[in-house]
Amino acid sequence: MLEISNLHVSIGDQTILKGIDLTVKPGEVHAIMGPNGSGKSTLSHVLAGREGYEVIEGSVRYEGKDLLGLSPEARAHAGIFLGFQYPVEIPGVNNMYFLKAAINARRKANGLKELDAFDFIQMAKKKAGLVGLDESLLQRAVNEGFSGGEKKRNEIFQMAVLEPQLAILDETDSGLDIDALRIVAEGVNALRDPERAVILVTHYQRLLDYIVPDYVHVLSDGRIVRSGGRELALTLEEKGYGWLKEAAAT
Amino acid sequence: MPSSSEDLQSHLRKDYEHGFTTDVESDTLPPGLDEDVIRHISHMKHEPDFLLEWRLEAYRHWLTQREPNWAKLNIDPIDYQAISYYSAPKTSKDGPKSLDEVDPKLLETYEKLGIPLEERAALAGVAVDAVFDSVSVATTFKDKLSKEGIIFCPFSEAVQNHPELVQRYLGSVVPTTDNYFASLNSAVFTDGSFVYIPKGVRCPMELSTYFRINAANTGQFERTLIIAEAGSYVSYLEGCTAPQRDENQLHAAVVELVALEDAEIKYSTVQNWYPGDENGVGGIYNFVTKRGDCRGDNSKISWTQVETGSAITWKYPSCLLRGDNSVGEFHSIAVTNHHQQADTGTKMVHLGKNTRSTIVSKGISAGQAQNAYRGLVHMGKNASSARNHTRCDSLLMGDRCGAHTFPYMEVKNPSARVEHEATTSRIGEDQLFYCRQRGISEEDAVSMIVNGFCKEVFRELPMEFAVEAQNLLALSLEGSIG
Ligand SMILES: Nc1ncnc2c1ncn2[C@@H]1O[C@H](COP(=O)(O)OP(=O)(O)OP(=O)(O)O)[C@@H](O)[C@H]1O
Ligand SMILES: [Mg+2]
Repeated sequence: MLEISNLHVSIGDQTILKGIDLTVKPGEVHAIMGPNGSGKSTLSHVLAGREGYEVIEGSVRYEGKDLLGLSPEARAHAGIFLGFQYPVEIPGVNNMYFLKAAINARRKANGLKELDAFDFIQMAKKKAGLVGLDESLLQRAVNEGFSGGEKKRNEIFQMAVLEPQLAILDETDSGLDIDALRIVAEGVNALRDPERAVILVTHYQRLLDYIVPDYVHVLSDGRIVRSGGRELALTLEEKGYGWLKEAAAT
Repeated sequence: MPSSSEDLQSHLRKDYEHGFTTDVESDTLPPGLDEDVIRHISHMKHEPDFLLEWRLEAYRHWLTQREPNWAKLNIDPIDYQAISYYSAPKTSKDGPKSLDEVDPKLLETYEKLGIPLEERAALAGVAVDAVFDSVSVATTFKDKLSKEGIIFCPFSEAVQNHPELVQRYLGSVVPTTDNYFASLNSAVFTDGSFVYIPKGVRCPMELSTYFRINAANTGQFERTLIIAEAGSYVSYLEGCTAPQRDENQLHAAVVELVALEDAEIKYSTVQNWYPGDENGVGGIYNFVTKRGDCRGDNSKISWTQVETGSAITWKYPSCLLRGDNSVGEFHSIAVTNHHQQADTGTKMVHLGKNTRSTIVSKGISAGQAQNAYRGLVHMGKNASSARNHTRCDSLLMGDRCGAHTFPYMEVKNPSARVEHEATTSRIGEDQLFYCRQRGISEEDAVSMIVNGFCKEVFRELPMEFAVEAQNLLALSLEGSIG
């Protein structure tokens, strides 16, 4: 589904990603961990097509095609979803209206009939219930004045509505209380399906108690320095990242 | 002086010989302005003496005045002697003969705005009678209004049929001496709209210039007068969301509203004149004096405007809150793109007790445009417990444009309260990316963000108008990001 090979990315004259190789197959969940500033959000943004990054080397293929030449909206239409580490506020734009525009833009791009207001509202309300999003938030402006946790839930709600093929969740668990964490995890698990894949960026192995990943990768200074299974997260929790750096140095 | 030239003299005679309505071709005066030109206009329109005297007084005052200081506007001097002050309604001779002759770009815009095919021709200046049966629409419409005793007609018709009303109210809100452009307008105005709502009548429909027949070309010096008698209500729509074909460079209109006891007037404008091209060439200069007089107790006047056109806009719809407990509102969206300049705002003059006013101004600048809000809130000596709330928000697109806010306050009564809030924001790359990541195209994202920003004002517009205005906003900002 996703093949990243030898990806080098810079911002200005600073190289942030220094040769990433990662393959994600349908049905898999990959967790990416790593110290602050190691490049996790940068990788997420580059996959979603954000401007301001320069790919200096390497390639990314998605469903067999070159991904890097596509606009952000074309990637979204192809089923890529990014849950933002810092969701953006859009004053005056109704949350439901926004999401309806999003889903219909995607349906239109894929030659499907647009959803009418009635069908959309039915579906959205069901999904809101599923991820425990207060219905009053549906009628507010996108993320405006939402608490930190509400913003993160709103991201998961959008994901549930959009049903992406590949979801990249950048620290969606940060700032959530324990109950919210479980609900968010359920939202992600509900999406798990042999056809879909998830990339979870997180600092806490606790999330991985709820969403059991197939692989765990450690990103450090722009490189994946270690990959392993679920147990790698537990080791990290115990030992921190220091031992990996030492291991890398020797 | 052109007045003494053989040319004009013979022209005047010729006009008189052939009469006004039959010989359309000869009905354009050569450029220039003096008392004879004004006499000519008044004569051509068969005006009563009081009106001619009124015009001349205005003209004499105008001569003693100087153009206002342009404040934030950067403007080439206007040569008032180079303008022709009288031109008969245009006929098919001036305009294109069919849609095939109309600039395809203009037609494309109409299509994007969702304007029905038959109306597009009318807007583009194609002789309308052939393509657009406005007469039948207007007739049923007029019947309905006259049953209620409502008068809604071209200004010149009101001068003929209701001179007593015109004499009583004309200039009672905006006197001939008010300002440079108001004086000029008073001297030379040729037509406009007249509305009279009798006591206790709630006008059963939105009145729109669009439905007004015989006044498609009211020219550059338009005069509008709306009178709402005690306990009446009217909502009036001015303008059109479609860009209008117009050869006049200078527009100096005057609008006067009078609301008597317990009456309410809602005045909405969508202004979309030619703004000039990307390089700032061409475009209309729009200098308008709009003022509402809440003359009676408990009366209310609200101005709502969406301004996207003109090269230069200079406009401050205002309210005189004379009656006790009267209410003034101003809701405005001003969009400037490319090299457009806008200097707009409002004046709320609180004279009566317990008067209230609300100002919501949304300024959007893109390209190299400059957008200024200028507002005056005056609390008079007797305006006890009066209140004003002002909110000015500016949205910038790109980093070469500017937004400026100039709030002025004069408070003469210690119990009056004035509140002012202002914000400036930029359409962020992060907002756009967020929308695009969800699958929404950049263009749709910009229009969504802008419409969100303007929401409070759109809410004030009549339904159908609001939808068109939203499309218009998106169109005028097309391509201004990235
Ligand atoms: N616009 C930018 N200009 C310059 N440097 C940037 C920019 N954006 C990110 N960086 C730098 O790139 C590096 C990687 O940042 P990134 O946000 O990808 O880290 P992260 O792994 O997501 O960290 P965290 O765990 O704190 O979220 C950091 O050193 C950061 O300062
Ligand atoms: Mg990050």
